[in-house]
Amino acid sequence: MPYPTDFQDSLAKLKASREFRKEQTIKRLTDEERTRLIEAFHPDYRPEGMEELRVGVNKGQRVPLEFASVAESYSRIDPEKINLNAPDFKVDVLVVGGGGGGSAAALTAHSQGASVLLTTKLRLGDANTLMAEGGICAPVRPDDDPYKHFLDTLGGGHYTNVPDIVKALVLDGPKIANWLIDMGVMFDFEEDGALKVNHCGGHSRKRLLSCKDLTGLEIMRVLRDEIRNREIPYLEFSPAVEIILDLEGRCGGAILFNMETEEYYVVEANAVILASGGIGRLHVQSFPTTNHYGATADGLVIGYRAGAELLHMDSIQYHPTGVVWPEQMLGQLITEVMRGHGTHLVNVDGERFINELECRDTCASALIKECEDRGKGVVTPTGMVGIWMDTSLVEGVEKHFVGIYQRFKKYDIDISKEPILIFPTQHYQNGGLRITPHGETTIPGLFAAGEVSGGVQGKNRLAGNSLLDIFVFGRRSALRAMDLINQKRSKLTMHHVVDYQNKLKELGIDESKKSPVLLPDYIREEIKVKRY
Amino acid sequence: MAELIPIYLMGKKYSVPEGSTILGAIEHAGYQLIRGCGCRGGFCGACATVYRVPGDHQIKVGLACQTQIEENMTLTILPSYPANKALYDLETVKDPVKALWQAYPEIFKCLGCSACTKICPQDIAVMDYIAGAKRGNLEQVAELSFDCIMCGLCASRCLAQMVPYNVAMMARRLYAKNTLVKPDYVLKRIEEVEQGNYKDEIDELIGKDIEELRKIYAGRDIEGI
Repeated sequence: MPYPTDFQDSLAKLKASREFRKEQTIKRLTDEERTRLIEAFHPDYRPEGMEELRVGVNKGQRVPLEFASVAESYSRIDPEKINLNAPDFKVDVLVVGGGGGGSAAALTAHSQGASVLLTTKLRLGDANTLMAEGGICAPVRPDDDPYKHFLDTLGGGHYTNVPDIVKALVLDGPKIANWLIDMGVMFDFEEDGALKVNHCGGHSRKRLLSCKDLTGLEIMRVLRDEIRNREIPYLEFSPAVEIILDLEGRCGGAILFNMETEEYYVVEANAVILASGGIGRLHVQSFPTTNHYGATADGLVIGYRAGAELLHMDSIQYHPTGVVWPEQMLGQLITEVMRGHGTHLVNVDGERFINELECRDTCASALIKECEDRGKGVVTPTGMVGIWMDTSLVEGVEKHFVGIYQRFKKYDIDISKEPILIFPTQHYQNGGLRITPHGETTIPGLFAAGEVSGGVQGKNRLAGNSLLDIFVFGRRSALRAMDLINQKRSKLTMHHVVDYQNKLKELGIDESKKSPVLLPDYIREEIKVKRY
Repeated sequence: MAELIPIYLMGKKYSVPEGSTILGAIEHAGYQLIRGCGCRGGFCGACATVYRVPGDHQIKVGLACQTQIEENMTLTILPSYPANKALYDLETVKDPVKALWQAYPEIFKCLGCSACTKICPQDIAVMDYIAGAKRGNLEQVAELSFDCIMCGLCASRCLAQMVPYNVAMMARRLYAKNTLVKPDYVLKRIEEVEQGNYKDEIDELIGKDIEELRKIYAGRDIEGI
């Protein structure tokens, strides 16, 4: 089943324009043009998709409706019933999340001599980290440097990033690359012995280190293997569902939920590092997502309920190139490196309309404009709309992008000859819990690393910067947490949850609404109505 | 709406839309999975699935999130399959090949039946990399096994009862650690950063207002493709 007949006219136009397009230069947008495009077409600017928070530290600020809904929900537990005096676990550092950030935090804290417990909702390693295809950015090459990386990141984030955090990110980059190499991650090398580097949107240098097109998988496998080698204790299918504070407002642990036995565990800890990822599976504005099954904003919800401040929660990243056809692959990611390798984005008439190396928010906005405003999208038999990505322009695409090539081959689409139909897909939450350059949230003892944190990426993240982010701030959080492990604490309490819920009640919010939701709800209405 | 066709989830019949993935079909049937579902994109190996179709004696496999349903197929997801993993300290390994052989001596019991290769949903030549491991060719193991998602199906079929994917995991790390040479410029850059280079330049940028930053950003030199 290659492409349906509906597509054939457009495919013919795409093929006819190929030689012309190869010679064509599309100028990059000026800052003003870029801003105009984004404000007109980026989903973050749709007023109907946003709502002001009514409770908590960020009260009055705009956030996606889907996040407001889980933020303004009640705890899964009765905070007055739970017994905090008999903890099930007592550790120096509790790490919440089994992706790259959590693994880096656990390995670092462990190597510093702390007692560590890592807990995660799915299995160790089932996280967005493992799905990162393209690579990890680090300014290591001789003709690159942290200053250039800093400027690219800040400009790409439209100068909304917290500069001191970006500084930490780029200055730690080389160290992180070295750490991963030393742990036996199989990076790609050139024949002359240099590390292979790729280009991607918004970067002024080729600085994306890769492990074929399965970089995240390779890194995650290694980290997981190392956690097992060092016998660091970890719990699977046990997400954190509430933060515990002490009477002085410091973080003193968390409550976990064993999803299989449905019991709750109390973990007393001197520091809690949240590395629980983002929001993708809440499907902001009904977009499909590239995210894994567990991305339901848990860390944001429990951190916010405990009183940690959020930053840039109105900013969601839509990856320009999510799959539209075949529908079985809807929303799945086509790595940005494809754009870095000279593929073209082409409309129904075989025309390019944007410089493919623009940043993600710019490309995504241009795609939305092309389809929704100019009516130049390709319409599928089921009414979806998309833009062609001409993958045949990449020489040896079947070799360099084995993973993608194979996945399309299963549907009889040969991407070395045929293009891919794509449209923006919800990919990343740019904001999150505000952190310092050491991963500290606004609650002492509570840290955040990676997608759950806010400030590093500003309002638009560059490719390859999230893999770096998770390791830099996972590691930094763990190092800073070491200062807390001998600290005395006052009595543990859940009063913050009681107080938060009282505010929800005052607003008349339905008490049956519980969060974190833990898993996305894909059950059909026809079935739900029969669950009497 | 696609036509509904029958499939059997762990032996129980459900009607699900034609063209669905196995995962989509399971959810259409009304299941909320806790295990057996991870990245939903073919990377994590949480949803390895075994199935049969009528009229064919052979066992088939696929990832539930990547495989389309077939009429009257009967399937089960294998969310976990018991496996042992050797513990090792990469930093203290002196002879990588010997270390691998000592950690997994069972590789020499490979019967060459190829059940592992036949069942791999990633089309990896598992038996060939085990042969490579026996010969001490770590590069071969590393390259052949690179697409491994550690779903566990090879371990479920192995007549010699080994866990091939853990052998490959160790071999890849040993290979990368001991064979790939880290370019000097990586350590040099770390040294520069530790000496405080780049800090002042970056701090100078932090001190500038947005208009100035915009100009500097717009004027930066961009490397070509």
